[in-house]
Amino acid sequence: MLKQLKQSILATLMLTVLGGLAYPLAMTGVAEALFPTQAHGSLVERNGQVVGSTLIGQTFTGPTYFHPRPSATTDTDPADATKQIPAPYNAANSGASNAAPSAKSLAQDVADRIAALKAENPNARIALPVDLVTASGSGLDPDISPAAAEYQLPRVAAARGMSEADLKRLVAQHTEGRTFGVLGESHVNVLALNLALDQGAAKQ
Amino acid sequence: MNAAGILQIVILFIALTALAVPLGFYMARVFQGESTFASVILGPIERGIYKICGIKPDQEQHWTAYAFAVLMISLAGMLIMYAIMRLQNLLPLNPAGEAAVAPDLAFNTAASFTTNTNWQNYGGESTMSYLTQMLGMTVHNFTSAATGMAIAVALIRAFTRRSVKTIGNFYVDMIRSFLYVLLPLAVVFAIVLVWQGIPQNFDPYVTATTLEGGNQIIAQGPVASQEAIKLLGTNGGGFFNANSAHPYENPTALTNLLEVIGLLVISAGLVVAFGRMIRDNRQARAIYAAMALMLAVGIGVCYWAEAAGNPAVYGPSVDVASSDQAPGGNMEGKEVRFGIANSAIFAAATTGTSTGAVNAMHDSFTPIGGMVPMVNLMLGEVIFGGVGVGLHGMIIFVIITVFIAGLMVGRTPEYLGKKMESKEVKLAVLSIIVFPLSVLCLGALAVVLPAAIPAITAAGPHGLSEAIYAYASATANNGSAFGGFSGNTLYHNSALALAMLFGRFAVIVPTLAIAGALAAKKIVPPSAGTFPTHGWLFVGLLISVIVVVGGLTFFPVLALGPIVEQLSLAAGSLF
Repeated sequence: MLKQLKQSILATLMLTVLGGLAYPLAMTGVAEALFPTQAHGSLVERNGQVVGSTLIGQTFTGPTYFHPRPSATTDTDPADATKQIPAPYNAANSGASNAAPSAKSLAQDVADRIAALKAENPNARIALPVDLVTASGSGLDPDISPAAAEYQLPRVAAARGMSEADLKRLVAQHTEGRTFGVLGESHVNVLALNLALDQGAAKQ
Repeated sequence: MNAAGILQIVILFIALTALAVPLGFYMARVFQGESTFASVILGPIERGIYKICGIKPDQEQHWTAYAFAVLMISLAGMLIMYAIMRLQNLLPLNPAGEAAVAPDLAFNTAASFTTNTNWQNYGGESTMSYLTQMLGMTVHNFTSAATGMAIAVALIRAFTRRSVKTIGNFYVDMIRSFLYVLLPLAVVFAIVLVWQGIPQNFDPYVTATTLEGGNQIIAQGPVASQEAIKLLGTNGGGFFNANSAHPYENPTALTNLLEVIGLLVISAGLVVAFGRMIRDNRQARAIYAAMALMLAVGIGVCYWAEAAGNPAVYGPSVDVASSDQAPGGNMEGKEVRFGIANSAIFAAATTGTSTGAVNAMHDSFTPIGGMVPMVNLMLGEVIFGGVGVGLHGMIIFVIITVFIAGLMVGRTPEYLGKKMESKEVKLAVLSIIVFPLSVLCLGALAVVLPAAIPAITAAGPHGLSEAIYAYASATANNGSAFGGFSGNTLYHNSALALAMLFGRFAVIVPTLAIAGALAAKKIVPPSAGTFPTHGWLFVGLLISVIVVVGGLTFFPVLALGPIVEQLSLAAGSLF
């Protein structure tokens, strides 16, 4: 009995050293050597300052930017540490609404989002794509669908004083199709697109 | 549903099988103690471990000693992990300054990772230090999976033996599974994941200044190393709260495909290894076919339900059609890069196995879409199943199936030349009964006890679904959740931990007892009266038994939960 317990503890310790230290540390070394950018979170810099990560969505509310999907992430209430308050795109506390498909609150949220989007985008030419009115699984979805970009295009073009045809071309450049033509869904990375918009504006 | 979606499902099955077959051949060599190409490097490490621990690798164990060793190593691991969490504020590698984990949450989490469940009543990036993630989570992802594999190996071995008292040496089976199967696969997988964008660092959380001038704190960490083993070991505990929906855990459509293959491939490979070890590949093909068929049906139903969207909530002004321009469907809780098809694939695969990782939030699936993962849990996670656990669960169902077939024709049932007598059938039923007993009793308490009820956040029938899902997930050692269920309370931390421990060890012990009984039997050659256990007739019978056992037990609660919810939604009523 005692011998077995000792064997078990020793074996667990050995495997802890192998799986818990050697393996992650070795992987960190390999990652650093082979793929340093990815290993450090695919961060994006502008003028030497980190402005985000290509993989992590961030909040955009101004009319000159394409907006991301709704995000249900939260943060601790500064006034009351036992409560959580909405904090969209909080990349230190990912999460979803976990709303039931039959929840009145979800229907209300969706209705509010529809009303807000319609008010912001009076000149939209296509029906509202579903990804723009639903919160993502991570709350950090970096992408919108090409249709969601198309929906916002007239607003952004007007706010930037750009021609819609030019903007359309820029969106198309930042649209990624299905991987190998079949895996996943077409998507537009919101941060990359908005960075390109700012870059274009700076050139002019 | 569209052609690209269906094509992705087909690609998954082809790629999975293409990888599982060679992996299974390799695993069979490992489990039979033969040398492999990896022995040059890993052999000395293996022998070193035996030496330090005082393990005599050729000393075989009776099933009781084998079971005792399983319990001991689980206990040791659980205690060590509990201590790490309670002391993480004093230990190094804690750049985010996480506090010590509360006792009830630490108990729940230690039980959760020891039992291969990975139920998480915490958000990783807001609770656990890097050291805890590595020494606690990552280690258990290896050891709990290796333990499961060892038990399956012991059971397979029992079929190949005649009139022997022992079933192998647990430490050898477990350490070989760890070293030769899990570790090399995890190394390769982790590197691929980093290439695709998953972070692997010990940096402090990054503060970015967003384009609109706000601050965004971005959690970092050694994610890829944990992600790889989390899937390969059918563990499922995310580094981050959002699990594999988080772009740092699952950044691209390619990683998504690889992660689904990763969480299925060892369990699928074990079926192949089973065929090799019993020297009858036809038996393995029958089991593989039953598993694959059930997985395909689950994916299909879930995909269909989710693609249809949720008209009662979205209304007429939202476009839910899928196209090259938009994913369409029910996108609440789903990511654009995955869309509907990949969310359905992941949901069915993660619950058919005991993984429980999610790339979309099951709680927000349509009632029928969400019922698919729930049913997969209720069928006992034999659709490839947990690493090791899935195969031995399936063999238990095979024993029940040949028993029922034997009753029909009035002969003593047999499987692989072993007569299934009263003792084996009783033990098989015992291990099957554990699951509904725990789910229905604890699930019922969760909806009536005043201490339990506040965890349920959804109103109406969905509330029942949340509670039942939680206890089904815990008992089946899955770990996925209807995430609205906020189980981080003293009551649920304790009750869920008990469900997880009961669901793991109360199944493992009778399974090993069966292995012990089978090893002691003679092998009788098949005769004209032997019911063939390969071929489509048997596959159909096996699936029927699994569905009838699960269906009879859980149909009432499914009727009161997701089915009522679907009917209400169709009538346009919300809660």
